[in-house]
Amino acid sequence: MKIFVPQDMAAVAVGANRVAAAIEAEARARNIPVTIVRNGSRGMFFMEPLVEVATASGRIGYRNIGVADVPGLFEARFFDGAPHARCVGHVEEIAYLAKQTRFTFGRAGIIDPLSLEDYRHHGGYKGLEAALSAGPAAIVAAVKESGLRGRGGAGFPTGIKWETVARAQADRKYIVCNADEGDSGTFADRLIMEADPFMLIEGMTIAGVAVGATKGYVYIRSEYPLAIRMMRRAIEIAERAGYLGSGINGSAHDFDLEVRVGAGAYVCGEETSLLESLEGKRGQVRPKPPLPAIEGLFGRPTIINNTISLASVPFILAEGAKRYAEVGYGRSRGTMPVQLAGNVKQGGLFECAFGVTLGELVDEIGGGTASGRPVKAVQAGGPLGAYFPPSMFDTPYDYEAFAKRDGLIGHGGLVVFDDTADMAQMARFAMEFCALESCGKCTPCRIGSTRGVETFDRIRAGIEPEKNLALVRDLCETMKFGSLCALGGFTPYPVLSAINHFPEEFRAPKLPAAAE
Amino acid sequence: MDQTPAQWNDEAARAVIRDHVGEEGPLLPILHALQESFGHVPRAAEPLIAEALNITRAEVHGVISFYHDFRREPAGRHVLKLCRAEACQSMGSEANARRLLDALGLDWGGTTPDGRITVEAVYCLGLCATAPGALFDDEPVGRADAATLEALVAEAA
Ligand SMILES: Cc1cc2nc3c(=O)[nH]c(=O)nc-3n(C[C@H](O)[C@H](O)[C@H](O)COP(=O)(O)O)c2cc1C
Ligand code: SF4
Ligand code: FES
Repeated sequence: MKIFVPQDMAAVAVGANRVAAAIEAEARARNIPVTIVRNGSRGMFFMEPLVEVATASGRIGYRNIGVADVPGLFEARFFDGAPHARCVGHVEEIAYLAKQTRFTFGRAGIIDPLSLEDYRHHGGYKGLEAALSAGPAAIVAAVKESGLRGRGGAGFPTGIKWETVARAQADRKYIVCNADEGDSGTFADRLIMEADPFMLIEGMTIAGVAVGATKGYVYIRSEYPLAIRMMRRAIEIAERAGYLGSGINGSAHDFDLEVRVGAGAYVCGEETSLLESLEGKRGQVRPKPPLPAIEGLFGRPTIINNTISLASVPFILAEGAKRYAEVGYGRSRGTMPVQLAGNVKQGGLFECAFGVTLGELVDEIGGGTASGRPVKAVQAGGPLGAYFPPSMFDTPYDYEAFAKRDGLIGHGGLVVFDDTADMAQMARFAMEFCALESCGKCTPCRIGSTRGVETFDRIRAGIEPEKNLALVRDLCETMKFGSLCALGGFTPYPVLSAINHFPEEFRAPKLPAAAE
Repeated sequence: MDQTPAQWNDEAARAVIRDHVGEEGPLLPILHALQESFGHVPRAAEPLIAEALNITRAEVHGVISFYHDFRREPAGRHVLKLCRAEACQSMGSEANARRLLDALGLDWGGTTPDGRITVEAVYCLGLCATAPGALFDDEPVGRADAATLEALVAEAA
C-alpha cells in the first residue's frame, strides 16, 4: 500500500512531517504494511497536508490532515481509498487541478522527487535525449520557436538569450539558474526544486548542450533550506547515473552542476547582482552592457535564467516547440504557473495558458479571500508590482496587457488583500523594502526610498497630505528614471498604484506606522 | 531541533576555510560554513579569510556586511524568523509579530537577556499560500497566527 505525504516546505510548515510519522506509527500498531512516499506538493496548498493513497482507479486524496485525524483515517480504511469526511476523491479530478494546463508542473506531487526511475517513467529525460540527437542549433531554434519568455520577471525571449551565448566565443561558458525567488507571493521555483528537481537539472543540461557550457550553478536563496537539500541530493543522484559529469548520457558533452546558497539579499535576484554574489562579492548591480550573455560569470558568456524558464525547456524539447507555443495569448506563449497567495481562500500554484483574466484567477480559482471579506486589492508580480483594484480584474494575464495598465506579471505571484488592508501602509512598505534592500549603487534608489518612507510617515500623520503626495510622486519619477535596476526603478509601481487607485486612503490621517 | 554552535576558535575556523579555498568564488560558501559551525561570523574571521583568499580585510568586511544573513554576534539558543513581506502582511503578520516582540521585550533582531531566543525578520519564505510564515530553528511554520507563535516561544527552552 502506497501512501503519499508531501515533504514540500509549505506542507511541512503545516504539519506534514508529523502526519507522516503518525501514519507510520499507526500502521505499525495495526500491523498494516504501508509504504510512505514523500512526494512534492501538487501546489494546492490550501489542502495541505494533502495525504494521497494509490488505488487501482488512481490516487485518492484526503485534505488538511492533522495528526489527530490519523486514527480515524485508518478506521475508515483510507488506505483502500475509502470515504471519509476529508476525502476529496480522485486527486486529478479536483477542479483546481483539472482546470490547469500542466506543461511544466506535470509531475509535481505525483512522483517521488528523488527517484530517477519515477522521473523517467513520467517522461523525464526525453527532452535531453531529443536535444542530444537534434544538436545545439536545433535546440536554440526550438526554444525560440516555443516563444518562451523569461519567467523571472523581465519576460525577455529565452531563445534569443541562448542564441547570443551560443554565438559567443570563449574558453568557458556557464549556465546559471536564478533560484533566488525573493518576490513575496511566489513559490513556483521552490515547488520545482522540491517536487521535481531532475526537471531543472535536465533543463540546465540542455542549456549547456545548446551553448557549449560545461558548468552550471543553481543559486538558491538561503530561506529555502529544503530546496537546497533536495537539489544537492538530486545532483548527486544524477551524477551517479551519468546524467551529469563527463560524457553526459553517453554523449560527448560534459556538464557539472553545483548548488550555491544566497545570503538573504533580495537584490541578488537581479541577474548581475547574483553573478557578483556567485563570484564572492557584495551583490551590487553591474551596469549593462556588457550583457551577461557576453560577459557574465567570471567574465565568461553566461546564460542566466529563472528556474521556471529552465524547467520549461525539457517539455519543449520532448513535446515540441509547437505544442508549447500553441497555447497562450498575444506575445505571451505557453503557460504560466500563477501563484495565488496571501489572503486568498484557495492559495496555491495554478499553471495555465496566458490569457485568463485576473478576476478569474482571484475570484474563481482562488475563491476570494481567506477571511471571507471583500477583496480590496491584488499585488501582482511581487514587491515591485502594482496593486490592482477589483475594477481592473478584467485584465488578461499577459505581459503586454499588464504593462498597458501600469503593472507587471513578474514571476507570477498574486497577493490578495481584503478590505481591511491599509493601502497607505502598503505604499510605505514598498519604499521601506526598497530602502532595506537597495544595493546602494544609485542615489535615487538608496536615498529616494528613505525619503519616501519619511514622507509617507508625514502623510499618515495628516501633515500636508497634498504637498507630501506630490513630493512622493516626484520621488517616484526620480527613482523610475535614475535607477540602474528595477529595484529602484519599479518601486514606484506599488507606490503609485496604491495612491492612484485608493486616493482616499492617503488623505485621512492615521496613526503613524509602528516605530521600527 | 537544538543547534548548539561551537565556540569560536581560530584553528577550527582555518580548517573550515581551507575546505572551500579551491572553489570558484569561495567567499560565500566560506561565510556560510563559518556561520553554520560557529553560529556567527565574528570580526576575528576577517583576517583569516583575507589571508586564505589573498584579498583585503576591508573586502571581506564589505561582503559580510552586505548580506543580511551573516550574524556578527552569536544568536540565542533558538532563532525565530518571522516573515514580514506582503503576503504575510495580508494575513496579519505584523500585528502578531508586534505582540510577540512586546511580550518578549524585544525589537527585531534582538535576543532575550537569558539567551533563550532571538527574533529576526525575513522577507518571504515561499510559504505565502499558507501565510503567515515563520522559521523556527530552520523548521518551517505556516498559518503562524498569534497563538501558534506563542506556543512556539513557550516551548523554547
Ligand atoms: C531587484 C530584482 C530582483 C530580482 N529577483 C529575481 C529572482 O528572484 N528570480 C529571478 O529569476 N529573477 C529575478 N530578477 C530578474 C533577473 O534580473 C533576470 O531578469 C532573470 O533572472 C532572467 O531570467 P529569465 O529571463 O529566465 O527570467 C530580479 C530583478 C531585480 C531587478
Ligand atoms: S536601483 Fe537600487 S538596487 Fe538597483 S542598482 Fe541602483 S541602488 Fe542598486
Ligand atoms: S510573504 Fe511571507 S512567506 Fe512569502
